[in-house]
Amino acid sequence: MRVRNVRPQGQEIELQMTPMIDIVFQLLVFFIMTFKIVSPEGDFNVRMPASAPSEGPPPIDSIPPIRVRMTALSDGSLAEIQFGNRSLGRDFQKLRQAILDMVGPDPSPSTLESTEVELDCDYNLRFENTIEAITAVSGYVDQGNIVKLVENIKFAPPRGR
Amino acid sequence: MRYANRHGAPFAKGDMTPMIDMTFQLIAFFMVLVNFSEADQNERIRLPLSELAKPPEAPVDTPITLQLTEKGTVIFHANELTIPQLGRELSLEKQFLRAKGKDSATAATVIIRADRAAKMGVVQEVIKTCQDTGFEKFVLRAKQVAAGERA
Repeated sequence: MRVRNVRPQGQEIELQMTPMIDIVFQLLVFFIMTFKIVSPEGDFNVRMPASAPSEGPPPIDSIPPIRVRMTALSDGSLAEIQFGNRSLGRDFQKLRQAILDMVGPDPSPSTLESTEVELDCDYNLRFENTIEAITAVSGYVDQGNIVKLVENIKFAPPRGR
Repeated sequence: MRYANRHGAPFAKGDMTPMIDMTFQLIAFFMVLVNFSEADQNERIRLPLSELAKPPEAPVDTPITLQLTEKGTVIFHANELTIPQLGRELSLEKQFLRAKGKDSATAATVIIRADRAAKMGVVQEVIKTCQDTGFEKFVLRAKQVAAGERA
């Protein structure tokens, strides 16, 4: 369809800006109101024992897991960390140092791959203590870089319900 | 719109373009930052803190998010469930995954967002319930915090 320009030369088109600005400001207010700063979250993989126990005895050359026992007070706070038979008090730095002493100063990937930690926690222990222990065992931050330690982590059945 | 004063001289017209530019840029900024994954998060859950909790580089394969509250209930698909109820819901979820052609429950990853004050025994009960249903991969979620900084 041919459209003929019947407008006299030089006449301006008056655009109605008001509705657009209204909507734009409403959008802006909506996004400002719903804006929420969310801290980044990360995951820890855990190797869980299978539901059905495997048949037969474990292989002879399998390395037993490092046992870390964490006991809780009645309110769920941490009472004590035991690394094997050694008491580490409530200090997760000592737990990390114990893991470092065990795997050596510069552990090879195969050493870390074959090492496993079993966390043996009381039923009432607060979950944040377990995450602290997993953090201490699985690595540390050195000058902004993550140095990985033992990432094979499993849980023993909870105690003391 | 053009205005004229009483003497007939036209007023200077305000240029709206910079304001609209800025407004659109602000809208674009907020739209980009809008958190679409908020459905998987719950205000009641206060995650434990860890300096090693880095966001995963690749998206988790078939994620199933379970949110464990401080009092021991599990929020799953916006429903607050007890652990026995969770077992039934997970069975339905497994059937749903199978109907979708996924490799049943073995391909799915169960993301456990447990409150920092939740009991470790309850977390393990949740994991056991998932294992009994057939789920095998688990991750524990924590909030990232800078080394040496604790909220």
